[in-house]
Amino acid sequence: MNTADVIVIGGGIHGCSTALHCRLRGLSVVVVEKDHVARHASGVNAGGVRRLNRHPAEIPLAMASAALWQRIEDLVHDDCGYRQTGQIRVAEGEPGLAAIAARRRLVEGLGYSHEQWIGPEELFELVPAISRHCLGALWTADDGHADPTRTTRAFARQAAALGAEFLTPCRAGMPRRAGGGWQVPTDRGTFSGAQVVNCAGAWGGAVAAALGEPVPIEPIAPMMLVTARMAPFVDPVVASFDRMISFKQSPNGSVVIGGGWRSRAEPDANRAHVEFGELHRLIGTTLDLFPVMRGARIVRSWAGIEGAMPDAIPVIGPSMTAPGVIHAFGFSAHGFQLGPIGGAIVADLVESGATSLPIEPFSIARFAGQAWREAS
Amino acid sequence: MNARLEAPVFDLAIVGAGPAGMAAAVEAAARGLAAVVLDEQPAPGGQIWRNIEASGGRASLGGSYAKGAAHAAAFRAAVADYRPGTLVWHVETADHEPARLWLMQGERVGQLRARRVLIAPGATERPVPVPGWTLPGAMTVGALQTLLKGAEVVPSAPVVLAGNGPLLYLTAVQLAACGARIAAVLWTAPPGAWRGAVPHLPGFLASGTWRAGLGLMRDFRALGIRVVRDVAAIEITGDGRAEAVRYRTAGGASGEIATGLVALHEGVIPATNLARAIGCEHLWDEAQAAFRPRLGPWGQTSVEGVLIAGDGGGIAGADAAPLAGRLAVLGAAHALGRLTLPERDGLAAPLRRDLDRILRGRAFIDRLYPPRLARAALPDAVVVCRCEEVTAGAVRGAVASGAQGPNQIKAFLRCGMGPCQGRFCDPTVTRLIAEARGVPEAEVGQFRLRPPVKPVPLTAFAAAGEEVA
Repeated sequence: MNTADVIVIGGGIHGCSTALHCRLRGLSVVVVEKDHVARHASGVNAGGVRRLNRHPAEIPLAMASAALWQRIEDLVHDDCGYRQTGQIRVAEGEPGLAAIAARRRLVEGLGYSHEQWIGPEELFELVPAISRHCLGALWTADDGHADPTRTTRAFARQAAALGAEFLTPCRAGMPRRAGGGWQVPTDRGTFSGAQVVNCAGAWGGAVAAALGEPVPIEPIAPMMLVTARMAPFVDPVVASFDRMISFKQSPNGSVVIGGGWRSRAEPDANRAHVEFGELHRLIGTTLDLFPVMRGARIVRSWAGIEGAMPDAIPVIGPSMTAPGVIHAFGFSAHGFQLGPIGGAIVADLVESGATSLPIEPFSIARFAGQAWREAS
Repeated sequence: MNARLEAPVFDLAIVGAGPAGMAAAVEAAARGLAAVVLDEQPAPGGQIWRNIEASGGRASLGGSYAKGAAHAAAFRAAVADYRPGTLVWHVETADHEPARLWLMQGERVGQLRARRVLIAPGATERPVPVPGWTLPGAMTVGALQTLLKGAEVVPSAPVVLAGNGPLLYLTAVQLAACGARIAAVLWTAPPGAWRGAVPHLPGFLASGTWRAGLGLMRDFRALGIRVVRDVAAIEITGDGRAEAVRYRTAGGASGEIATGLVALHEGVIPATNLARAIGCEHLWDEAQAAFRPRLGPWGQTSVEGVLIAGDGGGIAGADAAPLAGRLAVLGAAHALGRLTLPERDGLAAPLRRDLDRILRGRAFIDRLYPPRLARAALPDAVVVCRCEEVTAGAVRGAVASGAQGPNQIKAFLRCGMGPCQGRFCDPTVTRLIAEARGVPEAEVGQFRLRPPVKPVPLTAFAAAGEEVA
């Protein structure tokens, strides 16, 4: 029988970060990944390292993660393509300005100052290529972006270098109780461990359901477009309060355009389709915001499978029904920045059952209800 | 109201107007299907019969080219809705619903729907990555042919042809007929290849294609061109552009020929980009050393409603393609309830008989002209992916650091992520991974392709915003 202190299901950024932080504390770890590291949401997201405009409950975690991003190279021995270019969210009209005002009241009320108002002049100076119809923006100067695949792989590589075992491709079955601990059947035999961590992303709901605590997770497939390389014209990542868009020029010159436009996810078939039906609206927004994009050509599009919760914040914390199981899934398309701290939080919980960061809002208990009783 | 639902619905969308697509259109008209033909080229003919109408089947390009004129005429007479200059850059499919085809025509994006989609994409040249293959002045024989047939451009400097296969003979004959000078042919088929081919000789003889083949070889010999046989390795050299080609034969002889134009060719492989972007399952064809889609007897792919005919389904040539195109249409007509089973099978029987006869001759050709440069050990410094300038050494390094398949190579190196969508590097990347891991290419697989299959300007969407909405 194969044993480890911790069995992690899922080789995305949170699973790999969990493996690394557990190894840093001397715990033995096995990561079971059905495809390969960073195959889904962790490898195909836009790479935003963003605190700007986060859910209030996520801000403390995002702050703590930002501190880890600052020294990411010390942590994983790779710079992860991390660049502190800043992140900007513009207002294009009165509704956007009103949203900015409300957001400032909220964030400042919580005692944070990372989101700064900038007027049109400062905006046009920071982003000369942006259309002059923009009225101002919120700006977080030390946000930025990183290469998502490279980052996730770096976490996996460093965890493996410290002795974590990665089983890829290897499908995990549902955890089952065994003595005081847990067994996880896999394609490569059954593994037993004191604790199991559910970092299965869009597939995390199935694990929770098997443990008698189903949650209303929805598999989603956010779509992205990428252009052929262009001469550099924008540094910060740009979003809008008025329309769905996220816009970033990669260091290699290609422009990555997203913003949460969803297509059809088929988690059982392990695939997502790109559907162009609605994307002309995203393209219209792109051309409005950046006139230079009139010369751009789309060379590729994709959609990755991610798990979204109805309240758009993840499930992080111990299982309510299965002692020894810890959940960290359902990051709802903004879990990348939280990756470095997510693994540290889980390692805290594994080690001591508690963490100093405020994770109560992420408890799976918020979904307790009829379905749970039926399932158990 | 959601105008997406209003896109017109055809019984059949035929993508490509080469030998398979043109014949399919004629058959579709005969079966009363509401069909539309979408082709990227400005005129029917595909690659092999490119520009066939305007050139009137120029005698200098040979008899097999002239045959295309009759096909094109039949196509013109039958086709009701033919849209040349139309790129199909993505097909969205869902079970039990018509497929949605995304088009680009001129500078506008458009769409239509179809209950069945027949892709007839033809072949693409097998990439022959040799040292120097990315220098200006090094090109594929196909590119040279495109110049001859389309622009009627004849190279003024002496040309070196390197590789093997019927198309290399044909190009030499066509070039000579057009007045071009050929400095040498560096022939890469091993002299012993005929031994592997002989068992397939009866099928080849029965296929009847030997007549054309023999004529072609006679014409080639008559040219008296210098031929270096059994060439095992070549290198194109020059300062910023091709200036010379060095070669080495299996016997150890070597030499150098000064030339500013080197045309490489080691056969063609199915053009699978659109089918793969749609998600059709592909398998490795060992005899042709290439991936091809897995097809049913009526051209059905693994994706419901999507069919493939012609060389895009496996290389069989311009005589086989029209038959496969017609069979696919008969299968579709039956599936759509326009033909009874006996009607379909009755109409199909003679076509299938002819097709089988031609296919029996193919194994002989495949074995007589195996790729050699394209399968030879690749020096680390050779660029594999032209768009992202990724070398063979970089691919090997990525495999050594854990990349098990082409999609991870893509993530590691951006290899295959440029505007060509992997067309030039795909087979080479798969081969390098297979070699490094010591597993068959079948196990390594191919790049997962993402739409659009060719770049689409953003403004094309904006122009069509109203329509697309």
